[in-house]
This record gives sequence, structure tokens and C-alpha cells, in this order.
Amino acid sequence: MNKTLTCVICPNGCQLTVDYEGVTIQSVEGALCSKGNQYAEQEILDPKRNIASSVRVTGGKAPLVSVRLTGPIPKKKIFDVMAEIRALSVAAPVEIGQVLIADVSGLGQDVIATKRIDRI
Amino acid sequence: MTTQNRSVIIIGGGPAGLAAAAALRQQGVEDILILEREHDLGGILRQCIHDGFGLTRFKEALSGPEYAARFVDTVQQAGIEVMTDITVTELHADRTVVATARSGRYVFKAQAVILAMGCRERTRGAIQIPGSRPAGVYTAGIAQAYMNLKNIMIGRSAVILGSGDIGLIMARRLTLEGASVKGVFEIQPYPSGLPRNITQCLDDYDIPLFLSHTVTAIHGTKRLTGVTVSQVDSSFRPIPDTEKEWTCDTLILSVGLIPENELSKMAGVLLDPRTKGPRVDEHYQTSVAGIFAAGNVLHVHDLVDFVSLEAERLAESVGDYLKQAPADEEAVPVEADPELAYTVPQLVRADRDLTVSCRVRRPLNRVRISIWQNDQKHVTRRFRRAIPAEMIHLTVPKEKLVPGEPLKVVVEHE
Repeated sequence: MNKTLTCVICPNGCQLTVDYEGVTIQSVEGALCSKGNQYAEQEILDPKRNIASSVRVTGGKAPLVSVRLTGPIPKKKIFDVMAEIRALSVAAPVEIGQVLIADVSGLGQDVIATKRIDRI
Repeated sequence: MTTQNRSVIIIGGGPAGLAAAAALRQQGVEDILILEREHDLGGILRQCIHDGFGLTRFKEALSGPEYAARFVDTVQQAGIEVMTDITVTELHADRTVVATARSGRYVFKAQAVILAMGCRERTRGAIQIPGSRPAGVYTAGIAQAYMNLKNIMIGRSAVILGSGDIGLIMARRLTLEGASVKGVFEIQPYPSGLPRNITQCLDDYDIPLFLSHTVTAIHGTKRLTGVTVSQVDSSFRPIPDTEKEWTCDTLILSVGLIPENELSKMAGVLLDPRTKGPRVDEHYQTSVAGIFAAGNVLHVHDLVDFVSLEAERLAESVGDYLKQAPADEEAVPVEADPELAYTVPQLVRADRDLTVSCRVRRPLNRVRISIWQNDQKHVTRRFRRAIPAEMIHLTVPKEKLVPGEPLKVVVEHE
């Protein structure tokens, strides 16, 4: 089978052509770097994405702190992770890189703050 | 009112202003002042919470606030003077800067002024969509600020007009927050955002993208109830009998960005009709001596990494300018191929290493883009595909350049 993908790893956005049979990748063409080959393989077998959102903050100078995951998670788990993020509220102060949810949904990645929010 | 003197005044504390300030300090420039109208430094990055920033610059994928924090920390650690909650209201050709804050009115005189005010969004008025004026019509950046900074959910079901990157990012953001995004409609026959954002913001969430379509009417009295969408022909005219009604409570406009020019115009800075920002030489100096510009105020960028790099190149020249105004090699034009929307810089003096940034007008396959001077080819880059969404950079070392001879940026099909 042949599939055309856009690599989302970096702004180059390489157009990849993947030739595969079931779960066996036969060839990947069009990647400017080896990350593209890994991406294509991952994308065929089990697509993963990183997501960003925000979490409510109490007692802070801003009502929200922006968050992201430390690494990509399976695409089909995105809305499970979003539900956990939405249920969360943290108290200021919050530091950049602070872990707000460890091992979110048991997927091996943490939800970390990406902004500093000082106390009022 | 007393006038305060500064070596350098930077108008705007976003990515361009911060990078310029940090780089100037590294060169030993002491007397720098950043003027920022918001309460916090960081500019638009503060609301760009998605990741993917910094891959070029820091070799890792950061969110916008993290990328900004690295520069804010550098600026603060370097002890660079910053005033926030202050708005520059006047800029004059003699580099007088007038600013207003709650604490009063300030007048500064600078040896060099750096324009780093960023850009503004085109609005409903700019694209003249007919219909009523209900609530629920937002520009993409405003929608992003409400959701990511103010914790205000903007609607439940959205249509997005324009496939600019912020619109695509907001399509994903709304979907993650539980809203339904009906579709993205783009008037051009190709997307205006980056391919990776089409994949990770639309395709991932099964949000359809309709090319050669536009919104031709807006419905609703108090709140938006829906929009009419039509197909357009190759001259962007709506095709009769292609109208379709879409029910939605939110319309997001992602229809282009324009450099912020109010202060530049006040100072008499000449603008380039193609970039819609100041015309500059390779020192990023505008037509007014001692006034420099970099970042989105100069031309709208696709990646913040390139804004930082541009501001750092600017800082190099501003540093030299402070030591002694350049011996004024005659500036000659950079001629852009008709396939290119523009080049920055528009002029060269050939007295420093040159980086030319440009964009193609339409998607092109298999092209070579070269810089020529006097039948001498200085540099060539080959592209399997070049698209308007991606800025292209070409560099030429100073040694190769001949002062006084115009440059040509040439696009060749292979």
C-alpha cells in the first residue's frame, strides 16, 4: 500500500510517500532527515501527537496557565487526556516546567506548565 | 517636560524586540530601553500555547510562552531597562519617541530606534463581508487571546474563514475544548497555512478544508446564527447558485496579517506596497536614518525562529551604527522575480553579509531560486516545492557582493 503523509515534526513539513504492507514499512521517501522516516513509521503503526491546552489557576495573576505534554501520545487518547486536563485546577504560583499531572492517563507523559504564573 | 536620552529605544517587547535587545547587550550596548504596551513581555507568543516553536533556534519543540520566556529571562538577567504598560504615541524622524503610561507622558530621544511592533490582523471590515453585525465574529488572534489568556470560551460551533496558520491552530484548539468546527473556507485555490498545520490541526480532527470558497453573508441579530458560503472563480468572484448555508454561532477570520505601520508612517518611513511594511536595506535600516525594523512589523513571518534571527542580524548593524554611522555605500535595489511576492531587504549597500528573505506568489514545483549580481550567480537554492506559506532565505557573504551593482533574485523552473 502507498500513502502520502505530511511530516509534522518540524516546519519543513516534508511530503512523505510511505510504501507498506500491513504493519511492515517497505520504504519511506521524501524525508529531509531521519526523523521523517521515524515519523512515517509511527504514523502508519500508531499515530502520536503532542497536545497543548490550559489549566485553571486559583490565586494567580492570570486565570490560566498554558500546558503541554512532555512528549507525544497516541492520537486516539487525545480526548482522554483533554478530559483530565480540563478537570484540573492548580494554585498559584506555577513555574515553567512544573509537572501538573504526572503520567497522564497512564501514557508515560506528563502535563507540564509552559508559563510562569505568580501569586496575586 | 524633560527629554530623556537613550542609545537605543526598542518599540515592542515581543520576539523581535527581545531578541534585538539581548543581542545588542551582548555587543556591549549599555543604554537600551524596551517600551511595551502590554503588562507583560513576550508579545503574541504569550497566547500561542501550541508547541512547535524553537526547532530551528533551540533544536527542541517549545510552546510560545516557553520560547518567549527564554528571551525574557535573558533580557532580565542582562538588566536591560524595560517599561511595560506604556504606549508609544509619537515617533519622529529625529528619533524622538513620545510615550504615555498611567504614570504620565514621557519624551525620549534615541540614537537608534528599533521598530518591533509586530503586525495586526485583517478584520471583517478589511474583507467587506455583507450581512448583519451580530456577536460571534472574531479574528483568529482575538479568539486565541480570549481562550488562552482570559479563559473565555468563544462559542460552540464554528466556521473558519481563511486558512492562515492561526485559524488552523484555533480550529484544533476549539475542537479540543469541545466545540464543533464545521469547516475551514479558503478563497485561494491553495491553503495559506503550513502543510503540517493542515495535517495536525484539520486532518487529525476530520475538519474539512474547502478551497476556492468564501463567506458571502453573515446572519443573526444578537448572536451569529449562520453564514452563507459560496464557491469563487479564478478572480475570486462568488459563483452564482453555489451558495450554501452553514449553521454556526461563531465565525473566525484568519484572513491575513499586516505590519503595524502607524508610528512608522508618522516618522516618514517609506513603506513597500508588497510587504506592506517599511522598505529596508540589509542593515534593516528604514528610509529614515537611525530607524530600524525587524520581525512582523517588517514583513509577516511564518516562524518565530526567523523573527529572532532577523532581529539579531538587525542588532549587529545597529551596534555598528552606534559606533559610527556607516560610510554610506550607495544603496541599490534588489529586483524580485515576478514569481516572488517580495524580497526583504529591498535595498543593499553590499557592506555586510546579506540574508534575503522572500516568498513565492503561488505554489511552485521544482524551482531554483538564485541571487545574481552582474551576471555573477552568488547563491542558488533548489526546492522540490515552494509555497507562499513558507518564507525562503538565501544568504550571500559580504566578500562576494559588489557595492553599487543591483541584485536580482531569480526563479527558474527545472
